[in-house]
Amino acid sequence: MTDNINIQDIVKTENLVHKKSSVMTENTMHYCPGCGHGTTHQIVAEVIEEMGIQQDTIGITPVGCSVLMYNYLDIDMQEAAHGRAPALATAIKRLLPEKFVFTYQGDGDLAAIGTAETIHSCNRGENILIIFINNGIYGMTGGQMAPTTIEGMKSSTTPYGRDVKLMGNPLKMTDIVATLPGTYYVTRQSVHKPGNVRKTKKAIRKAFEYQKLNKGTCFIEIVSNCPSGWKMTPVESNEWMEQNMFPFYPLGDFKVPEE
Amino acid sequence: MAKLKGAIVIDKELCKGCGVCVTACPTEVIALSSEVNGKGYNYAEAVNMDACTGCTNCAVVCPDGVITVYRMKV
Repeated sequence: MTDNINIQDIVKTENLVHKKSSVMTENTMHYCPGCGHGTTHQIVAEVIEEMGIQQDTIGITPVGCSVLMYNYLDIDMQEAAHGRAPALATAIKRLLPEKFVFTYQGDGDLAAIGTAETIHSCNRGENILIIFINNGIYGMTGGQMAPTTIEGMKSSTTPYGRDVKLMGNPLKMTDIVATLPGTYYVTRQSVHKPGNVRKTKKAIRKAFEYQKLNKGTCFIEIVSNCPSGWKMTPVESNEWMEQNMFPFYPLGDFKVPEE
Repeated sequence: MAKLKGAIVIDKELCKGCGVCVTACPTEVIALSSEVNGKGYNYAEAVNMDACTGCTNCAVVCPDGVITVYRMKV
């Protein structure tokens, strides 16, 4: 039945089902092959495109690998000092309350130097969306131990694995902010498999919808990989993440609004 | 019964050869090429396009958004 159909018959504009979002720029991303940042950028761009809010969205970039996010998303973006993205987002949202404001932060930014800003913004219940990429490592500076590095995980500063007696316990930021009264929607997702990417995209969409209704802080953690920092291939790193990160950082919703 | 037939177009110069799409494809359409692109990566290519159903899994997980997916009913 399909013998006489060739690729040229299928590759037509009317048959298009998925292409790179128009909110993404043409710049080639500097991320390492297989990095979860790229996937997350794509879905943030897709949500902005689908909601038609390209002109009304302001993103705050952190310090870390994703500092150059403003080169890849064709929206208004502002760079914050290290860890201070939620504070800056607070100011922008209060001055321009009709805009959609989100921060995009890594674990070194949000869970280490920016802990105070994160917790207080969530506690105040600012109407912002915080997207938190957790790969358990300081990827940009060479794979040093971060507060989120799990027990036994090797990094360049813990070559024998993290020893909690010496280095303390890893920090679960999402669990902490879920207990605060100001947060409205708190969830932990990942972007390593197609199903997870689709779930994360839905979560981001939901968070922007809640922001439209002025409901409070939405916090989405995305457990991600760092193939270069973990010294693995992208596919190996995704498997390692499933086996080692997910038992400690289980995926799922932490705080879902009551309907 | 209508059957879905898909096709993918990969921008091989922008591909970084991470191989995430290879594991995401349920019908084993994609493989990494033995050739390298301008950046020196073994880019992804469609080796078994007849099996493609246009499910978009490969494009959804691609960190660099280099895969475009088409689908039609035959």
